[in-house]
Amino acid sequence: MEILFYLLAIVAIASALGVVLSKNPVYSVLSLICTFFAIAAQYILLNAQFLAAVHIIVYAGAIMVLFLFVIMLLNLNILVETQRFTTARLTAAFTGGLLCLVLIAALRSAGDIKAANPANAKIGLIENLGMTLFNQYLLPFEVSSLLFLAAMVGAVVLAKKEIA
Amino acid sequence: MPSIQLQPDLNYIAVLLQIGIALAFVLFTYAVIAVAGPKLKGKNKDENFECGIEAQGNARVPYSIKYFLVAILFVLFDVEVIFLYPWAVNFKQLGWIGLVEMTLFVGFFLFGFYYIVHRGALKWE
Amino acid sequence: MVYCSPWLTEQSFFKEDFTPAHADKFLFNLAPGIAMFVALITGAAIPWGGTLHLFGTDYALQIADLNIGILYISGVVSIGVYGIMLGGWASNNKFALLGAIRASSQMISYEIGMGIAIIAIVMMSGSLSLDEIVRQQAGFHWNIFYQPIGFLIFITCAFAECNRTPFDLPECEQELVGGYHTEYSSMKLGFFMFSEYVNMFISSALMASLYFGGYNMPFIDQLGLPQNVLTLLGTAFLFAKIFFFIFFFMWIRWTIPRFRYDQLMHLGWKVLMPLAIVNMLLTGGAILLKNGL
Repeated sequence: MEILFYLLAIVAIASALGVVLSKNPVYSVLSLICTFFAIAAQYILLNAQFLAAVHIIVYAGAIMVLFLFVIMLLNLNILVETQRFTTARLTAAFTGGLLCLVLIAALRSAGDIKAANPANAKIGLIENLGMTLFNQYLLPFEVSSLLFLAAMVGAVVLAKKEIA
Repeated sequence: MPSIQLQPDLNYIAVLLQIGIALAFVLFTYAVIAVAGPKLKGKNKDENFECGIEAQGNARVPYSIKYFLVAILFVLFDVEVIFLYPWAVNFKQLGWIGLVEMTLFVGFFLFGFYYIVHRGALKWE
Repeated sequence: MVYCSPWLTEQSFFKEDFTPAHADKFLFNLAPGIAMFVALITGAAIPWGGTLHLFGTDYALQIADLNIGILYISGVVSIGVYGIMLGGWASNNKFALLGAIRASSQMISYEIGMGIAIIAIVMMSGSLSLDEIVRQQAGFHWNIFYQPIGFLIFITCAFAECNRTPFDLPECEQELVGGYHTEYSSMKLGFFMFSEYVNMFISSALMASLYFGGYNMPFIDQLGLPQNVLTLLGTAFLFAKIFFFIFFFMWIRWTIPRFRYDQLMHLGWKVLMPLAIVNMLLTGGAILLKNGL
């Protein structure tokens, strides 16, 4: 199982690099889907089956479809100038470095990461997750529906120009 | 790396096996068609099909934004359906309170959906 | 409508494997592979029969009894849309692109109604494992008697997901030549056709398992047959149900004319989706009233 973990980790990192490095945006989307699958497989290794399914259905099956639609809508196949200004690149590298620093600091201060409790290995199953979500975290769940409402209104406003 | 207790469901090994077989079949077929069929090349033959007339420009033309709207709606409702699954599995334990909770949640969704329909955003000519 | 006879006609190993000059070669080749691959792995979570007792060991006639079987299938199905989208886009053909966008919009639109229709079944069974759902329908407690509206929604969505008539607009030849696979030939076209037929088979199996008791058949367990014979008979019965649905697919194809695209979107979003939600909430109320909670 350890070998599987490392294998999946390598696949995830390699395809994540593919997202950044490929010039064609469609290939970027495909690499991202590959990353999602590797991460979903990691969830299955941890017995978080529902999370794995959600990851595939929502991220790989829905959001990436939306991304592809947008890429096709914007007609991005004619390669726009990939050489951006050097100042933009420098800023990107600087912010990325800052983020990296914060992550390293957070990981260091976290101390030893404890092994997952074997008695809790069934926590990722859908039954337990549902009970927790609909009892303990009920308010955030209901509030999230407002977020969806806002997203719908936003989508209509975006599309309104053509409809009007 | 910290030692994490990996306890996967062994049924997924069988899924992995099925994935392997499917992948092998697809790759095998690709290998066969690469060698079996004839290969003929020609400038006109390799052109894209456009009812026999000269192809006009690039095919990747922008299209109606309504498809984009459908895709956004799909993402939102897909997330809604995902929320429904853990609720449905525990439905009998959650009882009437659970039903009221979910009716509220779905009600918000349908309200937003009504707004979209009302604005005519889903109207196709 | 494309005539599928994979060994003799258009889609054969020995036809030329044509790639258009302006196509994205890699994606053009990848797309039919994705469609075929996805169609082939859906069947893993479907219970094809009960348990066989051979040489002192029990063998379940199911590849993987997943705790989240239904989610596995809907996850795999939601990936299937990439084969069509990438195929149409990579071809660099206007008909193919429009066909691909239409097909993928149609598929994602009907996925929602299908998902909510399944939720009503999950509420009744309290499990996402397909084997568990089938076992709960033992006797003659088939879900179709409790979920007739849900079944109607499900079968309509299944037709749309498989791009079958009356929902075969993505490849309607009067408007779009061949749809998303206009530029394909050889076994790559065969892959698209094959995957469509495999999907039809799998959705028939799903309908049989979710609504028609799967490998259960009424009153057979009262005959006192040995368990292995019962299991084999059950599998035979499941396949009979599947072939009935496939026949139904074919029958509808020659009976009902094609929808217009606006009618299709109207049906998916404004009729089936709200209807499925109402059906789900009513099912919830009925279950709670019956249990006297």
